[in-house]
This record gives sequence, structure tokens and C-alpha cells, in this order.
Amino acid sequence: MWMIEIPAFVPFFIGALLVALTRGMLRGVIMIVIPIASAVHLWMIPESIHLQFSLFDYHLIPYRVDKLSLMFGYVFHLAALMGIIYSLHLRDSMQQVAAMMYIGSGLGAVFAGDLLTLFIFWELLALTSVFLIWARRTQRSYASGMRYLVIQVLSGVILLAGTLFYFTENNTLEFGYIGLDSVAGWLVFIAFGIKCAFPMVHNWLTDAYAEATVTGTVFLSAFTTKVAVYALARAFPGTELLVYIGAAMTCFPIFFAVIENDLRRVLAYSLINQVGFMVVGIGIGTALAINGAVSHAFNDVIFKGLLFMSMGAVLHMTGRINGSELGGLYKTMPKTTILCIIGAASISAFPLFSGFVSKSMIMSAAIEEGFDWIWLILLFASAGVFHHAGIKIPYFAFFAHDCGIRANDPPKNMLLAMAIAASLCIAIGIYPQGLYALLPYDTGYNPYDASHVLAQTQLLFFSALAFVWLNLKGLYPPELRATNLDFDWIYRRALPTVLQNMFTIIWQIDRTLRQEVKLKLTICLTYIAEKNNRLSNLLSRNYPSGSMAMWVAIMLATYLFLSFIQ
Amino acid sequence: MEDKKKYLFDHPKNIKRALYLLYSCCILLFILDFVIPRDVSHGWESLWGFYPIYGFISCVVLVRVATWMRTFLRREEDYYDNEGMDDGAISHNDDVKNSKDIGDHHVDD
Repeated sequence: MWMIEIPAFVPFFIGALLVALTRGMLRGVIMIVIPIASAVHLWMIPESIHLQFSLFDYHLIPYRVDKLSLMFGYVFHLAALMGIIYSLHLRDSMQQVAAMMYIGSGLGAVFAGDLLTLFIFWELLALTSVFLIWARRTQRSYASGMRYLVIQVLSGVILLAGTLFYFTENNTLEFGYIGLDSVAGWLVFIAFGIKCAFPMVHNWLTDAYAEATVTGTVFLSAFTTKVAVYALARAFPGTELLVYIGAAMTCFPIFFAVIENDLRRVLAYSLINQVGFMVVGIGIGTALAINGAVSHAFNDVIFKGLLFMSMGAVLHMTGRINGSELGGLYKTMPKTTILCIIGAASISAFPLFSGFVSKSMIMSAAIEEGFDWIWLILLFASAGVFHHAGIKIPYFAFFAHDCGIRANDPPKNMLLAMAIAASLCIAIGIYPQGLYALLPYDTGYNPYDASHVLAQTQLLFFSALAFVWLNLKGLYPPELRATNLDFDWIYRRALPTVLQNMFTIIWQIDRTLRQEVKLKLTICLTYIAEKNNRLSNLLSRNYPSGSMAMWVAIMLATYLFLSFIQ
Repeated sequence: MEDKKKYLFDHPKNIKRALYLLYSCCILLFILDFVIPRDVSHGWESLWGFYPIYGFISCVVLVRVATWMRTFLRREEDYYDNEGMDDGAISHNDDVKNSKDIGDHHVDD
């Protein structure tokens, strides 16, 4: 049946076109119907369906369905639906069309069966999502979007180079396990790493997600990094290097998150921290670890979306997002407060919330495979994530000192989207078997045994105790209006300054050299001219050289004339 | 906008109650450590009160280190906003600089 072979991205690309052509209610209906219809379609198709054709020498598979890609396909549909409901109040064609295209590109990338198709969607992800940043229409968001685009496109170019190398080495483009034993492998790894926000190439994320629009960030947080996690899970499972990179990713952002003032940027840092857990899982590479990584990606899309939605609601209603300017909002935004706390509990992996049932798999896998130190680091990061995302976000936005703002709860569509996400967080936490049934491997894992639950609860409650103690002692760093330097300082400040100074010096040297050469040349020319002068004086003392030329011309003309007469 | 209504945490008594609730939960969890037998997969887990102590200490370390990091990472809020505005000599070697000249007004959404 031909219907089955429609790739998942097609409905969204058609949807983008329809959205561009319609207005008002109709547009809203179309935007809601498309992800629902597409999800039902995806639910019905059998696994292992392929769509393939040959283009020149290349055998392309633009649509391939298996358990791993289906998992991401499902959660992308959920994220799409939540994001669309959350943004229903918008009257901004640019954002709405870009969002539909962006969702489609994400789906295209996870169902791509070959590297060339992956590359195309990889670049489309960048090109479509940047409009969600620019749609804020401020000078900062413009500059930030530019930096985002440069880095994302760079990642795509490296992926293309890797793809071409891979083709010449293996004579196939099929997207499967790649590994790190060739140049192609490394190039593809770096390309994935950039999109996955590996340490030192992570700043596009913290930079752009805090500058994008209220609704744009909700979409952004769901797709780009998860596509990269999916790609790593397919191409580099069991690569030990990933364990160490992932461990670094879980740790360093939490320090920045503690001192960051912009609450959406705090969430961006904690997004890197969560992706770190997934990367560790992929690096360990056992069935349990991969299951953990994939299910954590699934849950992260939902709870991180919920947290970004709640902070978006705060920004939308108050126009502020800095911790130093907020506080006491629980008084008039009680629903948002409760929904935000559910998201915070989920990301902190409280038992009975979604984060717990997936993160504990990665932790168990780490200890089973003998990564003891990594396990300790992950434990530290778990306590840390509770500290900055679980406590700091709700505390500084909704409690802390009263900032005097009396904003109401956001519009109904925003609340509905958050409520859907919150119910999913709790549902998955209470009934994890539903999620486990979708996973690529069957490991029979049960997160709810007494030791696990007790250990995690103790860790979290004593982290909370530490927060209270630090706060009462006045040791907790206050929220300050400030910019904190991060790695992007290298390319935003250091490199431009160095280049600027370098060019100044080069141009100075250039100018001096030029003057020197000009001087030498003038001297030389004067010398030759003098010589020439002297020479011409010698040969034509009495006759100017002009008359000489004229007489030669006359002689030649006479000669020509005579030759005609003959 | 003056709001005379008293809310939940405007009463210091309620804050105290919440804190006492937290303290008692912590004490209870600490005691449970000795009551519930646990499967140990790492040597350290069998240590006396490993998880509570590790959780508490790592948070304190996290916050102290982050506070210390602030001493050398902190800059004024508009640090990056005047990128490239302080020089007239070279204006074509990076795009960030050029982008600053395009619009002077901010349109907040």
C-alpha cells in the first residue's frame, strides 16, 4: 500500500506549506491535525519498512524504520504536538512555518537510512531552526542566530566530508555502525559531537536557546540535540571515548548553571548535563546502557520541554527571565508553579517521576561495566542537577524574595501543553513498563527496588538540605545581573581581538614595506631616466627624437608607395 | 498593584513548617539506611550513610566552587553587547562586529 511508504517528514513539510497559505483558526486546526495524523500513521506502519532508490552511483534509503528510529519518531511527534499547542496563540507566520519545517527535518533525520539523506536533513535542521531564534526580532537574537547558524552549518559540512570519505572507503552510504577507526569515522564523530554540544563546542546551545522566542526555545530543546544523540547511538555505540566526554558533559555545565542569572540559560546548561547522561549510556554500549540512553532522551524531550515551557510562560507573562528580577510568582501563577515543580522533580529523577526510570538504567549500566569513577561523577552530577534545575529554577522564579510582579497564569493553550507534558512525566514515572516496551532491547529492568529508591531519595533530600543550609548561612551565591564567561569567549572576544591586532600589525608592516619599495623604485627610475637622458643627448644633440620618428615614417611610406607602382 | 493579600509563604510559620518537614524527612531517610537491607554493587555503597553524605557534600562543593568561579568569570551584563564598537580601525574581519551596526533599536517581544 503506497500510504505506508510516505516518510514521516512529508506531512510536516506539506503542513508548513498549508500554514503559510492559511490564517487564523484554520491554521491552528491544520497545525494540530498534522502531528496527530502523522503519529497515528507512524503507529500503524510495520517495522523494517524501507524506501530506497539509486541516484547515480549512490544507493539511497530516505526512509528506514526500526526500533531505534521509531522511539525518536514517537517522542518527536509528542514534542511537536506539545510545542504546537503551546504556540497556538501566536500570529507569526515566520515562526509557525519554521517550526513545522524544523519538526519535519528532525523526523527526516531520524528515519534517514543513508548518510547523504542524513546530511540533507542535518543542514535543514540548522536552516529552519535559526528562524525560531531570529523571530525574537532583537539585535541580540540576530547576532546569536548568526553564530548558531555558522556552527551548525559547519557541523553539516564536516558531516558531508565524512560521508564522502566513508563512501570511498566502504563503497556504501548506509547509515549504520561507523566506529572510530578511520578518518571518515572521526569526521562524522566530530560533526555529531558539535550538534550534541560536546564540551568546548557547546556554546551555540547556551547562546541561542536563551535568545530564541518563548515558543521557539520549546521546539529547539526537543529536536537538534536528540537527533545528534540518535545519530551517536546508531553510529558509535560502545565507543569508550564517549563515556569520558559524556561524564565531562554532565559535570561542567552545572557549575555554570549555579551562577547563571538567565533562567532559560540555566535550563540550556542543564540540557547539556542531561545529554551528557545519554552520551555516557551510548559510550558504555551494553543493551541496558543503550536502553537507558534512548529512554532518557525520550523523557528529556518531555520534561525539558515542560521546564522550558514554564520558564517561557514566566517570560511571556512578566517580560523578564533573570533570576534577579523574579520571585514570589507562586502567588498569582499557581498552576505554572505546580507544573514547573513536576518538571523539576522529573529532571531531578525523583522516584515516581519520569527521569528516575531512565537515568537509573544508565547508572546501573555504568557500575555493572566497572566504570566506578564515572559512576561517582554521574552521582555528583545527579545531585547537581537537582540543585540547579530542580531547586534553583522553581525557587528563584516562583518563591525566593517577592519581586512584586503580580502576573497571571499564561493563556489556556500554554497551560494545556504544560499539563500534557506533566501528565506524561508522572505517567511514565509510575508505569515505566509502557516506555520500556518501546525500547530497542528487552532487558527486564525494574527501577523500583528498595535499594535504588532509597539511595536516590536520600541523595536528593540531602541535596535539598544542603541548599537550605547554604541559604540560611548566606553562602548561596545571590542571583546577579552579569555575563559569565564561557568557552564562547574564545571566538567572541579572544579570537577577534587577536585577529584584529594581527591585522593591524600586518597592515603596518605592509604599509612600511610598500613605502620602502616605492622609495627604492623612485630612486631606481630616476637613475635610469637620468641615464636615458644622457644617452639621448649623446645621439641627438641637435634633433629632437620626434622628428627622427617622423622621417622614418615618411621613408617607409614612400617605400610602400613605390612598391605599389611597380 | 499594592497587594495586601497574605499568601502561603508570607507567614514565617509556614516556612518553618516546610523546613521542619524537610528535616524530619532527612532524619527518617537516614534511619531507613540502617533498616532496609540494600543490594550493594559498589564497595562505597555499604559505607555508613554514603548517599546522604555524598549528596550533601557534593552540593556544598558544587556551590562553593561555582561561587569561586564567579570571581574570575563574571563580567558586566552588556559585556558582549559592545563587541567591536570600540575600534574604528578594522571593521571587516568578523561578522559579529558588522551585525552590531545594523540596528540600534531593540524590539522586545
